[in-house]
Amino acid sequence: MAHSIDLIFRSIFIENMPLSFFLGMCTFLAISKQVKSAIGLGAAVLFLQTITVPINNLILNTLLKPGALTWAGQPDIDLSFLGLLTYIAIIAAVVQVLEMVMDRFLPGLYNTLGIFLPLLTVNCAILGGTLFMVERDYTFGESVAYGIGSGAGFFLAVVVLAGIRERSEYADPPAGLKGLGMTFITAGLMAIAFMGLAGM
Amino acid sequence: MEEMGRHFKPGGRYARWYPLYEAFDSFLFGSNTTTKVAPHVRDGIDLKRIMTTVLVALLPCTIMALWNTGYQANLALGTLGLAAPEGWRGSIMAIVGCDPNSIFSNMLHGALYFLPIYIVTMLVGSFWEGVFNIIRGHEFSEAFLVSGLLFTLSLPPTIPLWQVAVGISCGLVFAKEVFGGVGRNFMNPALASRAFIYFAYPAQLTGDKIWTAVDGVTSATPLGVIAAAAPGSNVTDLGYNWWQLFVGTIPGSLGETSTLACLLGAVILLATRVASWRIIVSMLLGGFVASLYFILQSDPANPLYGLGPHYHLVLGSFAFGMVFMATDPVSAAHTRTGQWFYGGLIGILCIVIRVANPAYPEGVMLAILLGNVFAPLMDYFVLQANIKRRMVRHG
Repeated sequence: MAHSIDLIFRSIFIENMPLSFFLGMCTFLAISKQVKSAIGLGAAVLFLQTITVPINNLILNTLLKPGALTWAGQPDIDLSFLGLLTYIAIIAAVVQVLEMVMDRFLPGLYNTLGIFLPLLTVNCAILGGTLFMVERDYTFGESVAYGIGSGAGFFLAVVVLAGIRERSEYADPPAGLKGLGMTFITAGLMAIAFMGLAGM
Repeated sequence: MEEMGRHFKPGGRYARWYPLYEAFDSFLFGSNTTTKVAPHVRDGIDLKRIMTTVLVALLPCTIMALWNTGYQANLALGTLGLAAPEGWRGSIMAIVGCDPNSIFSNMLHGALYFLPIYIVTMLVGSFWEGVFNIIRGHEFSEAFLVSGLLFTLSLPPTIPLWQVAVGISCGLVFAKEVFGGVGRNFMNPALASRAFIYFAYPAQLTGDKIWTAVDGVTSATPLGVIAAAAPGSNVTDLGYNWWQLFVGTIPGSLGETSTLACLLGAVILLATRVASWRIIVSMLLGGFVASLYFILQSDPANPLYGLGPHYHLVLGSFAFGMVFMATDPVSAAHTRTGQWFYGGLIGILCIVIRVANPAYPEGVMLAILLGNVFAPLMDYFVLQANIKRRMVRHG
């Protein structure tokens, strides 16, 4: 249990997806104008990560890994080359479901997120979460913790960025830097601050 | 000056250079206008007076910085048995003599380290400030004097001057000027500068050899000594007593060592209400709670765990950061409830990074940066809660 909590904290603060790996930048920068929509996006990512990372972990361990098919009497089969394909398919399926649910119950948020909701399918933070899980060889329990943690890390980062951007409404940046340029600089400064927790 | 000023008014020959003229004019003669435009207007007191108050509050720290830097250097020379340091400083110090008991010798020796850093900060900083002001038509602001002095005081005395220049450039341009200048940034520019060179050139900003301004002398900061001490050892065993740490006759960054000087500054800032007492009190509380937590955890392998709250206050730059950096009215939380959370968060993070993070011996700078990052969000939620409450009350 202590190990899972440690893993959650580590993936939220120390190995934060957008701020220390710079993964998932496109949605991170695009949907951070307002705290409200950022919370929606963050919740969507948190939900996705919590579901996809453990599912992919199950698939990896029961189907794809070398020797994973021993239970079916086929110990020599190695299907790990199908990994990327399967993971993306799982993510896409979950995103589809999420999209339908949101369209039905949260139409306002659905419209704010717009194209970025289906684009979560190819969001590198979400695929990254799964791939980190594969690389680090997490057990099922660990993958649940990691899924929650990395999703919550994205949630935190995007909401904080939105808070800063709402305050910076009154900033007066040079014309060339308005909009995305300032967001990049803000995200960079945030990353510097988050480096304080690295190495813990 | 008035005669010259004609050319700088709109329509004059040098209208483009008006910010420069204005800066010199108010620097030399004072100004009879106050800041009129947002976001500086908050009440009767104007930006210039706030910044001057901060500068006055920083005086004890600056004097202590001069004295202590010289004192540490003279002390180290004494133990090495040298009469004067090498290089150009040596030829000046040879005239006065390096005596750790002489206040004048200490101050002079300290000034020989403080002034180059300060002058470089000011020159490079005002260059960028000038470039942005002229291109964008802003006016020079006194806030830069504060940022420059804070940045200088937070550096170790041996830092190479070109790194000072790089640091203040990055901090000023990316943390302040691109946001449109004073009052529009979300991060303290002095701290951003410090953090930038801290991560970019760790060799010159961490370790044991940088805190005393004599070549090759190893003198860790007390915090470093305690962190590296053998398991189970006590602070008092290591040759520090609380008063020495409180007064600040210890190696460290230029201005951070003396808690006493910082508290003198705090009195000025609080009496004039420039700094928010909520932030200071809540940061103290946060630090207190976090250090109590670590005492209860008590890990005998790490002597920092058992350090009492009163030691955490006087070690490192906790007091300096608390009084001058965390209370920066621009980058702190603006709402009152938000300020409680903001200070508490910084206090806790400070101690957590300091004690539990082996990568960084000192956590104050990074904790305040994190506090700056979270401050707008705290304000947001406080505002939302307030809106909700009023909606309920008034239907």
